[in-house]
Amino acid sequence: AAGLRPVPVMESADGAARTLPSLGQLSRGRPFGRAHGLFGLSPSSRLLPPAPRSLENTEPQRAAFLLRKQWTLYSVTPLYRFSPARLGDYARLLSAFIAAEKQKGLAVEVGVELDIKVAVSSLPDLKGSDQDPAGILVQLSLRSPASRKNSEEKLVWSGWFCCVFGDDLSKNVTEDFTCLPLFLANGAESYTSIVGSWFQKTFDCCFRRLAISPLSLSWMAAMWTGCKVDKTTSAMELVFSVPCLPYPLDISYAIHPEDAKALWDTIQKTPGEITQEEVNVFMDCLYSHFHRHFKIRLSATKLVKVSTAVASAHCDGIIKFLQSQYLTGVLMLLTELAISQIQ
Amino acid sequence: HLATSLPLPSERDHLRPRIDLIVFMIDIKSKYSLKNVEASLAHVDASFFLGKVCFLVSGVGRMNYCSVEMNAIWKLGEVYGSPVLFCELELEGMRVATAQRLLRMLQICAGHVPGVSALSFGSLMRNSADD
Repeated sequence: AAGLRPVPVMESADGAARTLPSLGQLSRGRPFGRAHGLFGLSPSSRLLPPAPRSLENTEPQRAAFLLRKQWTLYSVTPLYRFSPARLGDYARLLSAFIAAEKQKGLAVEVGVELDIKVAVSSLPDLKGSDQDPAGILVQLSLRSPASRKNSEEKLVWSGWFCCVFGDDLSKNVTEDFTCLPLFLANGAESYTSIVGSWFQKTFDCCFRRLAISPLSLSWMAAMWTGCKVDKTTSAMELVFSVPCLPYPLDISYAIHPEDAKALWDTIQKTPGEITQEEVNVFMDCLYSHFHRHFKIRLSATKLVKVSTAVASAHCDGIIKFLQSQYLTGVLMLLTELAISQIQ
Repeated sequence: HLATSLPLPSERDHLRPRIDLIVFMIDIKSKYSLKNVEASLAHVDASFFLGKVCFLVSGVGRMNYCSVEMNAIWKLGEVYGSPVLFCELELEGMRVATAQRLLRMLQICAGHVPGVSALSFGSLMRNSADD
């Protein structure tokens, strides 16, 4: 009987604790100012992306598939000898790989005859600067076995690689490598494992779940609050997980988007740039407001999820894009996080 | 002696032994712990900062849970001229090693190690951190 055998290739988001450097290294930090410290110093300021590149202007149907879907994030090391001209070949090879895995008993659904069609295509608009390689989209569809002739194809899994303003990584690698450090997947985890395995084997790269720290989430909260959105119907929501309790407890803090934007507008000084100090002041205001009302110190809890009208992000490395005009901006930040996880 | 914040309650002043070393603990997972330390520092007499204060940053094994920006911690060490130590309390080996380090520092600060004063040791630690 066919069952599910795990394909152990992806590291969990909690991998951090298991890949510690030696005790000696860990206890010595790096002094203030070094660029790539042991603990990955977060930047003291970030530039907001230049005029948003709107995908909707060029390919409306493309942008639609990205929005309002939950994407699981991974960082990917540079791909060796990847050629954007061979996408058709890659689709065939991946298809054969999936069929072979199925033969071995790694059926993703028990007892159902599966015919998976693989499509690999390029997303030329999915980049930041001209130096970035174009995004790559992989889609898995199920062909219904009933009638092969006029078969309906149902999209069951999508995954895409991209690099938005990833110069920090690409400048350090040779020509043989293609830098697409951010990978986003939507669909069953088992398909993600299989596709990931094939890429890892074929291009000698490594996928790791991209976790988002509370510090990075607070940056996102501040950055996205500042974005001008036409219909501000959705409230800004922050979810906190309370530590050190015998039972799990989450606190959800909803803020009216106009209030949040008004607060942020009084804090941000230089248009086009955000500093760590401004993010701190923004979050501190929200925390003290909450403390005044509920006598609970949110700064002692862990920020796990941020939802705004632009996008929502979860610390386990899950993102949902809600506005196509700010897609580039969000991807730029995620690319940066992926690159620092790789390095 | 453990305290959650400073100043220490004045009622027990007369019963308290001399304090040789103050270790400010910052949990990287809690922004509040940094704020608490910053507020408590204001209550420490200036003479302590001649080698009798150090910052201990815990939770560094899980940078994914980081709620505190490292720049702020480094700046604290610089501003107060005191060493910053890192540890991960969830690892037994590191817990023991850190405890041994603190104990050694305490011995020096209490004057039990001949030839090494708290001040000279403090500047030694700062210089080695710049390597």
